[in-house]
Amino acid sequence: MLYAILCYNDEAAVEACSKDEIDAILKKRAAVTQELAAKGKLGPVARLMPTTAATTIRSREPFVIDGPFAETKEQLLGFYIVDCASLEEVIDVARRMKEGEAGSFEIRPLRLFEAGSIAAS
Amino acid sequence: MAWIDRAVRAARPQVMGALLRYFRDLDRAEEAFQEACLRALKHWPQNGPPRDPASWLIFVGRNVGIDDVRRRRGEERLPPEETVSDLEDAETRLVEEIDGGHYRDDVLRLLFVCCHPDLPATQQIALALRIVSGLSVREIANAFLVSEAAMEQRITRAKRRIADADVPFETPGAAERAERLGTVAAMIYLLFNEGYSASGGTAHIRVPLCEEAIRLARLLLRLFPGEPEIMGLAALLLLQHSRAAARLDAEGAIVLLEDQNRDLWDRDMIAEALALLEKALRHGRPGPYQVQAAIAGVHARAPRFADTDWAEIDRLYAVLERLQPSPVVTLNRAVAVAKLRGPEAGLAMLDPLAPRLANYFHFFGVKGALLQQLGRAGEARAAFDRAIALARTPAEAAHIRLHLDRLQDS
Repeated sequence: MLYAILCYNDEAAVEACSKDEIDAILKKRAAVTQELAAKGKLGPVARLMPTTAATTIRSREPFVIDGPFAETKEQLLGFYIVDCASLEEVIDVARRMKEGEAGSFEIRPLRLFEAGSIAAS
Repeated sequence: MAWIDRAVRAARPQVMGALLRYFRDLDRAEEAFQEACLRALKHWPQNGPPRDPASWLIFVGRNVGIDDVRRRRGEERLPPEETVSDLEDAETRLVEEIDGGHYRDDVLRLLFVCCHPDLPATQQIALALRIVSGLSVREIANAFLVSEAAMEQRITRAKRRIADADVPFETPGAAERAERLGTVAAMIYLLFNEGYSASGGTAHIRVPLCEEAIRLARLLLRLFPGEPEIMGLAALLLLQHSRAAARLDAEGAIVLLEDQNRDLWDRDMIAEALALLEKALRHGRPGPYQVQAAIAGVHARAPRFADTDWAEIDRLYAVLERLQPSPVVTLNRAVAVAKLRGPEAGLAMLDPLAPRLANYFHFFGVKGALLQQLGRAGEARAAFDRAIALARTPAEAAHIRLHLDRLQDS
């Protein structure tokens, strides 16, 4: 079974952390992920930019809006990592992927990307 | 207790905004906030963090404040919150209430009150740092190089002025909200500038002020995620601050853009800023912050100084001149023109600016540098001498002296 561990926190509280504090947290987590990686059990690792950098695509108008998807009635269900040259291009990709579906796609530029070591099944 | 500290700091603007709405008085809101924080320090370590720290602090702060008012009137006090059995229920109701809508306008009002147009810019910034950011009077006094007593007085005076001014507490209409947003954005921009290029004292860059400005810009952006100018403002501050580590050398001397070690630029900040900028530009509603961010973005994208796209920078400054005509903007454009078409062309743009920039340090710095490139040493020296006289920090003066030394050598 594969699991996604999605890290939620209050963005404003994270911004109140100093760079040293953030580095310490990442270092502490790395100790765990390195163990997993050695066993071939680590997938892609991504740290998202703040929600302020997000763009949301909805089914109803306006189709593309700024900001994160914030309605509490829907939850994050999965994520794709795509390599696109521009926001225009990724919006186009997301629109095509989303065609005919309800729900929302949120586009978030990646801050960090590590491919990991798990083979796709 | 670092987590309590962080939670309280993060919740502060929202809590203060709500308490200001209840009490309509900055001092009373502040007192209620302090008391709520003291209670948090007592309760949270025992009971664990509340589900929503902001709501907890608003709830407790409001009760403390009401209690205080009753006591002053000689009425019976409310029961202490330990005995209120439905604190959890009340908290839940409050969360729903906040989700319902006041939150955004509360925080905007709080920020807006701090930068009320009746206040001079220095008081606006001091008040915002005290009320919204929660910096101590001593911290603010240190940042502005005045005594603690003088800063205390400045803040007290600002509060009194606000109490006298008529700040409406109704939910603002669309036009008024846009106006408030613009005023608040300008205050954040000024706060950043004060940190980016200090107007006095020995430290040329004051990182904490820049960081606080970025924090406030992000706060504003979370409240108004669809405003391209707020995206532009946040992008601009991130781009300018991304170079902080490269802007001064080990001795604290200024390192010009062309000589900076670009490996020291903060790539995370640049990437975030460029993402914000790209998003902003899709709106097709350009504004001064977006254009300034776009100019900073051209520099951020150039791997080396020699790769800088000066033609693009010239174009962007032309747009900025149209949106926000100012001799300082034209001066900056002259630098781009000099890179593009030679120092003569740049210099020609400076002459008409001279009367309006007669007391502007950077005008004489740029003029001296262009004259120097043209081999007009005598005139260059005169311009540099004037720049030194106008320098606001030792680093600025030292930087110009370096130019003078080079003139001497050549």
